[in-house]
Amino acid sequence: MSDNSSQFIQTFIAESHELLREMEEILLHLENGPHDADTIDALFRVAHTVKGSAGMFNLEPIVNFAHIVEDVLDRMREGEIEMEPDLIAVLLDSCDHMLLLVDVVAEQGGQLDEEAQAHEADLCQRLQVYQVGALAKHGDTKGGDERGTRVTLAEEKDTPLTASGGGEVSSDNWHISLRFARGILKESLDPIYMIRYLSNIGEVVSITTLADALPEVEDMDPEACYLGFEIDLKSDANKNTIADVFEFAHQGSLIHILPPHSKSTEYIELIRSLPEDEARLGELLVSTRALTQHELDDGLKEQMKGAQPDGTTRLLGEILVDQGSIGQEVVQAALDKQAQVKVNKGKESRYLRVQADKLDELIDLVGELVIAGAGANMLAHRSNNTPLQEATSTMSRLVEEIRDSALNLRMVQIGETFNRFQRVVRDVGLELGKNIELVITGAESELDKTLIEKIGDPLMHLVRNAIDHGIEPAATRVAAGKPEKGTLRLNAYHDSGSIAIEIADDGAGLNRDKILKKARQQGLVAHDATPSDEEIYNLIFEPGFSTADAVTNLSGRGVGMDVVRRNITSMRGTVHLDSEPGLGTTVRIRLPLTLAIIDGFRVGVGKSSYVVPLDMVLECVELSEAERQSAHQRSYLNLRGEVLPYVSLREHFESEGSGGRRENVVVVQYAGQKAGLVVDELMGEFQTVIKPLGKIFSNLRGISGSTILGSGEVALILDVPSLVQQAVTREAQQVSWQRPDQPAAVR
Amino acid sequence: MTISAKKKKGMVILHIEGDMTINTAATLKKELMKLIAKPCEREIDLSEVSEMDTAGMQLLLLAKREAIRQNMPLRLTGHSRAVLGVIDTYNLAAYFGDPIWITGGAKA
Repeated sequence: MSDNSSQFIQTFIAESHELLREMEEILLHLENGPHDADTIDALFRVAHTVKGSAGMFNLEPIVNFAHIVEDVLDRMREGEIEMEPDLIAVLLDSCDHMLLLVDVVAEQGGQLDEEAQAHEADLCQRLQVYQVGALAKHGDTKGGDERGTRVTLAEEKDTPLTASGGGEVSSDNWHISLRFARGILKESLDPIYMIRYLSNIGEVVSITTLADALPEVEDMDPEACYLGFEIDLKSDANKNTIADVFEFAHQGSLIHILPPHSKSTEYIELIRSLPEDEARLGELLVSTRALTQHELDDGLKEQMKGAQPDGTTRLLGEILVDQGSIGQEVVQAALDKQAQVKVNKGKESRYLRVQADKLDELIDLVGELVIAGAGANMLAHRSNNTPLQEATSTMSRLVEEIRDSALNLRMVQIGETFNRFQRVVRDVGLELGKNIELVITGAESELDKTLIEKIGDPLMHLVRNAIDHGIEPAATRVAAGKPEKGTLRLNAYHDSGSIAIEIADDGAGLNRDKILKKARQQGLVAHDATPSDEEIYNLIFEPGFSTADAVTNLSGRGVGMDVVRRNITSMRGTVHLDSEPGLGTTVRIRLPLTLAIIDGFRVGVGKSSYVVPLDMVLECVELSEAERQSAHQRSYLNLRGEVLPYVSLREHFESEGSGGRRENVVVVQYAGQKAGLVVDELMGEFQTVIKPLGKIFSNLRGISGSTILGSGEVALILDVPSLVQQAVTREAQQVSWQRPDQPAAVR
Repeated sequence: MTISAKKKKGMVILHIEGDMTINTAATLKKELMKLIAKPCEREIDLSEVSEMDTAGMQLLLLAKREAIRQNMPLRLTGHSRAVLGVIDTYNLAAYFGDPIWITGGAKA
């Protein structure tokens, strides 16, 4: 179609993706469970809808391929072929191929490369086995073209009509006359969508629905279409564009499209070719202003002159008689009123499609609003003006709510991402001959859309690894007394301001000794060091840690794991691995919920202020002088009898000055680890808009971003995970140093 | 999809709940035709119709035609959004002749 449809093509692409994903889901479901007519219908609908809408955009490659799939599904629906594993496999591949087609043909406007074409040919061949019957039945030679539909363009009739004469009609609207084939609804092609689509290419000036063909109650097939439509369309589109809308109407539909200013005789011709009573149609055309009474009369006269004196002409003559006798005003009034009702655009839907960048823009603006609000708030507090302070505090509350709901807009449930792995687990499992079940929990946990997009690849890697190397072959499993079917779990849950995603398998687990040996060989661990199990397992995330030539049940596990970790770290997340020999491995990813705005806790060290994400703050305690002295020696604080590793921000950031009389400790928690941050001043809650730091600062440890305070000053956002890590490591080192002299010192 | 019928002041009120689409058309036709076989003043409450397509609309048209033949009033009431959408597209408000809410937002 024309260029102005680019917006619709986007909708088409998005909808096709959704539909094909749905198809994939159904197919996977069918593989493991029984099927019923509904599910097969649903599959058919997907193929059909994709084909139908691709046809509207003249995307031939998609149409052709979808048609073959549709044929096969149609046969299945008719019960001619059975659902069998091979067929499901072919359909799954076809589903992928359609996705590819949509991406390549519709989105990039390109063509398939040779490899993909070969794949398509191969798929077609496999599908053809199931399609044979369908081909014979429809008599189609090649997929895709249902050109049997009678799309009568006035062009085709030009020659005989010019001969018969007749003046042009004055109406500058297109006239479309539709009588759909009975079977169209069963093909899940509802005329209503075609008619609604018309409003995309023009303005539907009037539409009359004719129900004359409705048979007697007992003869009426509730699934057949008996309706006819007379439509006047005001549009600049050309004939083909309009005809394309109905391209997929079922064979046997009568579709007439008369361009603006057609000859009045063409209208008469049309009236005669339609099944309804001619008098009624003539009246209708006049009443919808497609024709004027005068034009109708003229056309009729022309007809009379040129036509043979047979029954039909006389019948047409009767129109004139009827016209005079029917109380036209009544109908006219009703129709006039309706003529103004434009056909509604689009489907009613509970969802609104919004472009992602519009949303990002909104979030950016909200970010600025938060900063500006903080500025106003601060000024109000300085002014000692109580009403002003009240006003600004109300405003802050509202801004906070706007911020939350704006961020919520970007929150997406992780379930969809998880569900995609059903397919991966199935495919990779088949490939390796392993029977694996994927169990998904926590699918409704939400996180930021940008994170969802970025987490896909690392997750894919971890899932593949778990299937490939985690879960043992069936024979080994049975020998180990485990069920033959392996289980892979994907789980997500919220935990103190972050989301945790777990990938757990019930495989053999990691081989601790072999990793340790390898690590020692590679110099990752000192020969005399005795790292904990946990530390050993997490070695596989180290960049240099390759086990390619090492142990079998482990090989590959390390490859690319450093990339996984790097990806996750770049999202301010962490990844962590637990393994139990013989029982399985769990990889736990922790990600912040959002990237843009957080609730922060502001602390001061010397003259600068820092922000700690509030979700991670557990409590604040005062650091007494005595505690401070002793802390210096033993590198941990005593929190009500508990060992609390700590970092002094003053030392960490090498701030000037010696600090105030009093120091405070902010106790933070991350991934179950507690640590204290020693600061000078506690400044309270603060809405923080995270501004990324430039590349130059990317190597800074302990800082994850910056923000702008109400006063315009810049405050750094602390990277709590890395600070906690640092505190814990330091404390551990300290403890192990102290061990020789005073063995029972701390633990 | 379910239809229930109740009598009120000599009038029968039919209440259709759920989808009126090609998927439910067969059952819907059977039940609806059974319920309107006897001439009587009727109202069909469409407020709980969640989805409607051409097949669903055809059945309403059929019911209306039968009522006209019986010379009995058949009123449609409480049109849900789904129903209004179809009536708007097909421009059938005048045919049914029931007072309906103009779907203002959709027209703009």
